[in-house]
Amino acid sequence: MSQEYDFKTKVALAEMLKGGVIMDVTNVEQAKIAEESGAVSVMALERIPSDIRKDGGVARMSNPHMIKEIQDNVSIPVMAKCRIGHFAEAQILQALEVDFIDESEVLTMADEHFHVDKHPFKAPFVCGARNLGEALRRIDEGAALIRTKGEAGSGNIVEAVRHMKMITSELKALKEQDLSKKAEEFRVPIALVEEVVKHGKLPVPNFAAGGIATPADASLMMQLGAETVFVGSGIFKSSDPSERAHAIVQSVTHFTDAKKVLSASYNLKDAMKGLLMSDIPEDQRFSERGK
Amino acid sequence: MVGVLALQGNFASHIHILNKIDIESRLVKSVEDLSGLEGLILPGGESTTMSNLLLRDQNFIDRIKLFSDNKPILGTCAGLILMAKNSFDKKVLNMNIIDIEVNRNAYGRQVHSFDDSISVEYKNNEPLSIRASFIRAPKITNIGEDVEILCKYNSEIVGVKKGMHMAVTCHPELQDEVLLHKLCFKS
Repeated sequence: MSQEYDFKTKVALAEMLKGGVIMDVTNVEQAKIAEESGAVSVMALERIPSDIRKDGGVARMSNPHMIKEIQDNVSIPVMAKCRIGHFAEAQILQALEVDFIDESEVLTMADEHFHVDKHPFKAPFVCGARNLGEALRRIDEGAALIRTKGEAGSGNIVEAVRHMKMITSELKALKEQDLSKKAEEFRVPIALVEEVVKHGKLPVPNFAAGGIATPADASLMMQLGAETVFVGSGIFKSSDPSERAHAIVQSVTHFTDAKKVLSASYNLKDAMKGLLMSDIPEDQRFSERGK
Repeated sequence: MVGVLALQGNFASHIHILNKIDIESRLVKSVEDLSGLEGLILPGGESTTMSNLLLRDQNFIDRIKLFSDNKPILGTCAGLILMAKNSFDKKVLNMNIIDIEVNRNAYGRQVHSFDDSISVEYKNNEPLSIRASFIRAPKITNIGEDVEILCKYNSEIVGVKKGMHMAVTCHPELQDEVLLHKLCFKS
């Protein structure tokens, strides 16, 4: 008998995260609150997206010591972000045995033309996408999980909805189109496009991220086809992180049952304030990064 | 009709396997969904998350235990942890359906996950080899007197059987293997 580790083994962890909530945390205390509230995984980062937006400057991979501390204090999988195209940051995160690497548009881009070649890595990668072309390019590069980009740190669900609907409608329309032309347009091998048409869905799980702040937001994204949700600033920028975290967990499990989403929402205090898209200049939108 | 606990995890891959062997299935998200079922699957996922959701509804836990008195339950990975007697973590629910002790994430983090063949030793039949994925998998550290060995990986026990119940530390369902589902719900 010999142990194998291939692309399927990477996707398998994403399968285990389905129907759950992945929460951004910036320290051990928050990570413990997330785990106790029912998070399936935590994303360890020094600053949550709304603070990155506010503070400005270059946003890089988090301090490995901070990530390690979180790994040592929770039993759920720990994810961390590297800059788009920054394969050396990704190598460090893999050496740290992070369970998933998010090659994230929330951080400052390191390479304006190329994402990380994710195939040689043992650690699985998650990448953001706004449309089918971006999703397939990331999968072709080796991503084991796709999430909508949404607009991180905005507390505004509008972009995540746009991206999820875009991917869904493009998937649906694909079977009636000239596949070799689409492959050329998407800049991916035709075999990948054919596989997508054959199964009617992406070959990896599809999660939602970017702007989810309430149990209702989570339910909305699940009903639009997300298989799990990432919640970034929405939890620890609210006035009741622990209750809100658990309410979002319940809402994702019972997304088809409005009475349960109602009871999860009932006693919550204020959600994060949130930003209108018109308040975020286009050149400051995270979702514009890494096409 | 076999139910698949769908609070969180890879319940969809179990539904896919049940479809393949012509067993009707239903997602189980609350107590009411248990009624009329002939069997239940506790899938993989995060045992802390499933525990968190179950522990807020004691009635649901009691009804699953009651269900196990008469109907078979199959657990994979996190499902095995929920069925165990003890997994030594106060955040995790152990329903003591099978008398085993379990060590969570015993192989390490995701970079130590792997796929391999395991052997299934059912009653007095010749051992059969099936593929399975070990994803941040637990290890069985102790088994009670009335618990039978069902699956082995090298010399380790990775699957157990107690009466009509079965539980494995890994994921045959992710490798499209139907054997355990057949043994648990069709024989």
